[in-house]
Order: sequence, then C-alpha cells, then structure tokens
Amino acid sequence: MSETFDEATTLKRRTFVAASTAAAGLPLLTSDRLPTSTTTPAPADRLSTVRLTVNGEQRTAQVDNRTSLLDLLREHLDLPGTKKGCDQGACGACTVLVDDRRVNACLTLAVMHQGARVTTIEGLARGEQLHPLQQAFIDHDGLQCGYCTPGQVMSGVACIAEGHTGSREEIREWMSGNLCRCGAYTNIVSAIEQTAKEA
Amino acid sequence: MHPFAFSRVSTVTAALNAGARDGRYVAGGTTLVDLMRETVERPAHVVDINGLPYKDITVTRQGLHVGSLVRMSELAAHPEVRATYPVLSQALELSASAQLRNMASIGGNIMQRPRCPYFRDVHSACNRRDPGSGCDALRGDNRMQAILGTSTHCVATHPSDLAVALVALDAVIQVRGLDGTRSIPVQDFFLRPGDTPQSEHSLRPGELITSLTVPTGAHTRRSGYLKVRDRQSYEFALASAAVALDIRGGVVRGARVAVGGVGTVPWRLPRVEEALVGKRPGRRTWTDAAALAADGAVPLSENAFKVKLVERTVRRQLMTIGGQ
Repeated sequence: MSETFDEATTLKRRTFVAASTAAAGLPLLTSDRLPTSTTTPAPADRLSTVRLTVNGEQRTAQVDNRTSLLDLLREHLDLPGTKKGCDQGACGACTVLVDDRRVNACLTLAVMHQGARVTTIEGLARGEQLHPLQQAFIDHDGLQCGYCTPGQVMSGVACIAEGHTGSREEIREWMSGNLCRCGAYTNIVSAIEQTAKEA
Repeated sequence: MHPFAFSRVSTVTAALNAGARDGRYVAGGTTLVDLMRETVERPAHVVDINGLPYKDITVTRQGLHVGSLVRMSELAAHPEVRATYPVLSQALELSASAQLRNMASIGGNIMQRPRCPYFRDVHSACNRRDPGSGCDALRGDNRMQAILGTSTHCVATHPSDLAVALVALDAVIQVRGLDGTRSIPVQDFFLRPGDTPQSEHSLRPGELITSLTVPTGAHTRRSGYLKVRDRQSYEFALASAAVALDIRGGVVRGARVAVGGVGTVPWRLPRVEEALVGKRPGRRTWTDAAALAADGAVPLSENAFKVKLVERTVRRQLMTIGGQ
C-alpha cells in the first residue's frame, strides 16, 4: 500500500506544479489535442463584476472569471474566516451558506453568484453574542487546532436546519463532508446534538 | 486555471447558440471547476445555464420527470421520490457530501468525468484526456479501476451512483440542440471506451440535457442502492448495486440490477436479472443469481478483489430488497 500512497503523492505534487504554472500564465507542455478549445479570450472578457449580499451587506467586486467564491470572500472582501483547505471540494473547510444552503465555496465560481445571499462564519454572531452552535463548540471543546472549525460550524448550522440530527450516527453521516485532522469529531457531534435539541 | 470568458444565459436559444460556438455549459460546476483548476478542462468560454427553466420534479402515474438543473439534494429529498423510487434517493444521498449535493445538478451528475488519477494529472498518459498518449493506469495504481467494459485504451470507472440507478430503472434522457429535441435511453447514453475513450456519451456538440424521465412500475417501490467503499461515507464506490424487484405471489416477476464502481459505464446485469425472474425469493435464488454479477470481468494487477466484491454486493442487496 505504501507504493500506492507514494504514487498518489507524486501525482498530487506534479498536479500542483501544473496548476501553479498555469496560474502564472506560462505555456503548458501538454498536447494540443485536448478535446476542449484552448483559445484564450481577450483580457477584457476575462473579467466580470459581481454584486452579492454577504452577511447582510451589499458587496461588489471586479474579479477575474477564474476567481472562486472562496477567493472572492477571502481575497477581495477581506473575510478570511472561511478557510481554504484542499481547494478541491474534499475537506469542507470552505463551507458557507449560499441562499441558506451549505456549499463548498472553493468549487464554485464567484461569477456564478450574482445577486446571491452568502453567509460566512463572520456573519453568524450577533455582535458579541455568539451563535448557539459557536457557543456549543466552545462548551464541548469541539475545536482543537481550529482550522476546520469555521467550515464545521457552517455545515453544522445547515445540518440542524435540514433536520439531519436524529441520532449521533445521522449527524456523522451528514457532517461527513467536513474533515478534521485533529479528530475533534466526537465533540463536534456533541455540540451539534445539543444545539439541535435546544433549537 | 486557464483564462476564460463567462456568460450567463436566461433563454434556451441563447444557451444553444453559445453551445454551438464552443461554449461550455456549467450548472453546479463541482466537476468542471475542479478539472479546470487542474487544467484538465480548458474551456475558452463558460456558459452558466442556471437561468434556464429545467428545475421541476414531477411524479405522475406514468413515471418521474426531473429537470436537468434540479440539484442532487432536492431530488433525493423529494417525498414522492423517496417513497416511489427509493433507489434514486439512496444513490443520491450516498454520493459526495451534503455541500456538494446542494451544488451539483442532475444533468451534471451524469456528465461527470472519470476520477482516474491519471486522467486528472495532465502529466500522465491518458487516452481519454489526450487520445493516443497511452494509459498509465493499466500498469499503475489501478485498484479503483474497472473490471467490466474495459479496453486496452481505458479502464476508468464511471463515477456516478445516480447513473447506476438510472440504468437499472431504464431512464430516458431528453436533450435539446439547435436542430430540435431527442430522447436517448440512458443505456445508450454512456459509451464504453473501446478504441475511442475520449467519447464518453452520445451527446452531440452543443446539445443540452433538459430532463430525464424514469418509468414507474411495481419494481420501483421495492428498490434500493448499496454502496461499498473504503470508508463509511464521502467516498467513491469500490462496488455498488442498484436493485429493483417486482415480487408478487411469492415469485420474482421482474428484476432490475445494475452495478457501479466496477464498469467503465454504469453496468446493467441482464444475466443476473434472467436468473431471478420466475424464481421464489430466497437465499438460494439470490446467491445463484449474484454468482453471475462479474460475468466477463477482466481484472487488472490490483483490482481482482472486485470480482468477488461485486458478487457479494449484489447478493447482499438482493437479500435486503427481496428478503431472505
């Protein structure tokens, strides 16, 4: 199995190099026989203006079309509470609510959310008063290193609203899109369980 | 990610015109954005089709009609779908995560591209991404790859759970192009790799999936989906089984069985179905029929375990749906 793991790791590293190269605008050493068109659009066509409501405030930004919703929040709107984990939809650290539904902000383009209502971890508390689930995370020690916590909390808020809190098993299943490297899962489940009961 | 132009369309005509000019449709984007970031996909023009009116779910006595822009989470949670087509709800809720199911559309789900690591790494040889370049999976990390419907050009599995359930239930896909509309039985929609692995489906350039329909029958209520994987949740299938049985008067009158995680396309099992029809429900019937599940399998260096696994997955799901 270690062989397989090494191979996967190597692939990942190479992919990272490729992505970095593309981001820097350097030519790629891949074949020109790719099935999709590789025509590069004119610079003006690569930009869009996005208007949306974030945590109750109207926000506008001009972005490169490639900008993810996650990068819009963190880099353009100065809301770094939403975390970038894997940047490929596998870890849930970037979970936010779009029109009250939880989504991975890394896997969606900012330009696809014209007019949307987005809630991030910064928008949960009312002034100094924490959202009940934020308080429950503290009460149950549901945060260890804390990196996954914003995504866990946003996902937990949605999980409660969706009504998927009938048992600890159900909570685990419906929170499985959020990974925690510290392993605070047991306490996270307890925090959600308690908040759901009190809601 | 390569630069691209972006547009949002609100009419079908505008979408089809953009599609005819090489525009790439995006709905949920959960596959496309990921692959664009990895530079596997490099569209010059991305067309957001979320403004189109394909968002309805209708259940009639004839069957189920689902707009292509319905989200996975919406279809799964629909009360009539849960009651009448449990295999669809289960296949959907065993897919991905709650966040992804909220984004991903039904049309996009069946159009999703392979999860093969070599397909997703632009520096590996992959005939699907770059025809004629070879296939690094054949002698590489192929534990997750297919054992059914493979060719010497490609061994990648189709990753959709929903598609497995749709194949079992004889769903039909409605598409629209500039020349009009047409219907494609889902069984004919997915193409085996053969020597043209880059052709994954029978959609023509610029065509748009508008909806899919699933006929109803005595079997649809008695149906379900089993997914076996390396971890309990949020993982692709090693083997999966969609089973729908019509059992009346102590006899199996009709059987629909398809498997996932093992085929290059969602894989229907006609021989297993034939072995079930006319038999009395019971352990012996399920075991004998399931023994035919891996018929024609060609295992690779690391995935021979799937031959037995798919047989056991089918048997267990026959027991769950048909009773012991």
